[in-house]
Amino acid sequence: MSQDITIKIIDRNGTKHEVQAPTDMNMNIMELVRAYELAEEGTIGVCGGMAMCASCQCYVLNENDVPLPEKSPDEDAMLWEAYHVKENSRLGCQIHITTEINGLEIELAPAQ
Amino acid sequence: MIQTDILIIGAGPTGLFAVFEAGLLKLKCHIIDALPQPGGQLAELYPKKPIYDIPGYPEVLAGDLVNNLMEQIKQFQPGFTLGETAETIEKLEDGSFIVTTNKGTQHQAKAIAIAGGLGTFEPRKPILKDIEFYEQNDRGVDYFVKDPEKYRGKKIVISGGGDSALDWSIFLSDVASEVTLVHRRNEFRGALDSVEKVQELKNSGKIKLITPAEVIGFKGSERIESVDIEINGARMNVETDYFIPLFGLTPKLGAIANWGLEIEKNAIKVNNALDYQTNIEGIYAIGDVNIYPGKLKLILCGFHEATLMCQSVYNRLNPGKKYVLKYTTVSGVDGFDGTRKEAEKAVVKSIE
Repeated sequence: MSQDITIKIIDRNGTKHEVQAPTDMNMNIMELVRAYELAEEGTIGVCGGMAMCASCQCYVLNENDVPLPEKSPDEDAMLWEAYHVKENSRLGCQIHITTEINGLEIELAPAQ
Repeated sequence: MIQTDILIIGAGPTGLFAVFEAGLLKLKCHIIDALPQPGGQLAELYPKKPIYDIPGYPEVLAGDLVNNLMEQIKQFQPGFTLGETAETIEKLEDGSFIVTTNKGTQHQAKAIAIAGGLGTFEPRKPILKDIEFYEQNDRGVDYFVKDPEKYRGKKIVISGGGDSALDWSIFLSDVASEVTLVHRRNEFRGALDSVEKVQELKNSGKIKLITPAEVIGFKGSERIESVDIEINGARMNVETDYFIPLFGLTPKLGAIANWGLEIEKNAIKVNNALDYQTNIEGIYAIGDVNIYPGKLKLILCGFHEATLMCQSVYNRLNPGKKYVLKYTTVSGVDGFDGTRKEAEKAVVKSIE
């Protein structure tokens, strides 16, 4: 049995959640948010996780503490076209849940 | 008024396949879709991406799956109202429905199948002053290329960095007198052949590329005469007849949300024990747009739901009529266009 990790998520209403995320189910942050129903269905993960919409955009709040993988060209291109983009914007669907990102804190960006 | 048996709202894979299953039961279908072409998400979002979980296809490109479905349903002659959105619904005393689109097109049907997927795809609009004024009555802002001929001999400015911006720039470079492509950065994201083709057309002067830049305003009193573009902090003005921002689409459930249907989590509740009917008799919801315990948003599940929906409509329209399931291999497929497909007859012949 592999380990669960802890992720802190601030939803679009400003409410803070601390959730347990499995590392052995090939999940990403977008799917985690949907699994815990922290954003209304239909407003997140619209493209299914192909980095083709920005409905799972989130702001990474502790990027200095948690090493995240580099943005892929696809993610980078999508973020150039999205709204409400900040320096610390990422697409949740491109952040895979691994033990390395234990303790990650994110805030969901407003719906696109 | 358009008359049909089943009015399908949404021309994605589920809606298209419903035409086939309905056809086997001699029911005619008409499809409404907000997008200018059939295929829904598959055609709009990821036509060149592969799908691996369609039974019988180890791998199929989304665009090819749509083309195959169109070919499969061809003999059942579905009608299409494309580029329009279903707006209002009215139930008549005889149990039939009238659905009117945002453009006023009326459809009368004996049953409604909502196959709306994630909802109506609405264009993501750039936030620009007065853009609402110019997007009406052909004043120069378009979010879709519906009729390319409209741009013949005209000057156009396309904005965006994805597949549709690239593909329409390529296509319209042969139609319009001048095509300018504006994007916020130098890199474009699209199929390799599209990016290479734009490079080629740029080199030969058929497409004018302005990057990294952004359209920040318009000029023109009656309609658009030019757009203001900011490039590296400087400003320039480009004369144009049309400005076409192609920034992708966001799905919204839209007017259907006000039809009195039970909604849960942005999806329409249906009876999955029986026939995927909603709380309103005669209105069904199939594919990604519906919800029930254990729902999976998969194309293959949509196909199944479409099949049971057609069966239920048939039973409602033909109460008491005995129906025996027929296999297409055994009984063939008789099209409404007079064609017939059938298995080749085996021969009975002795082998000496």
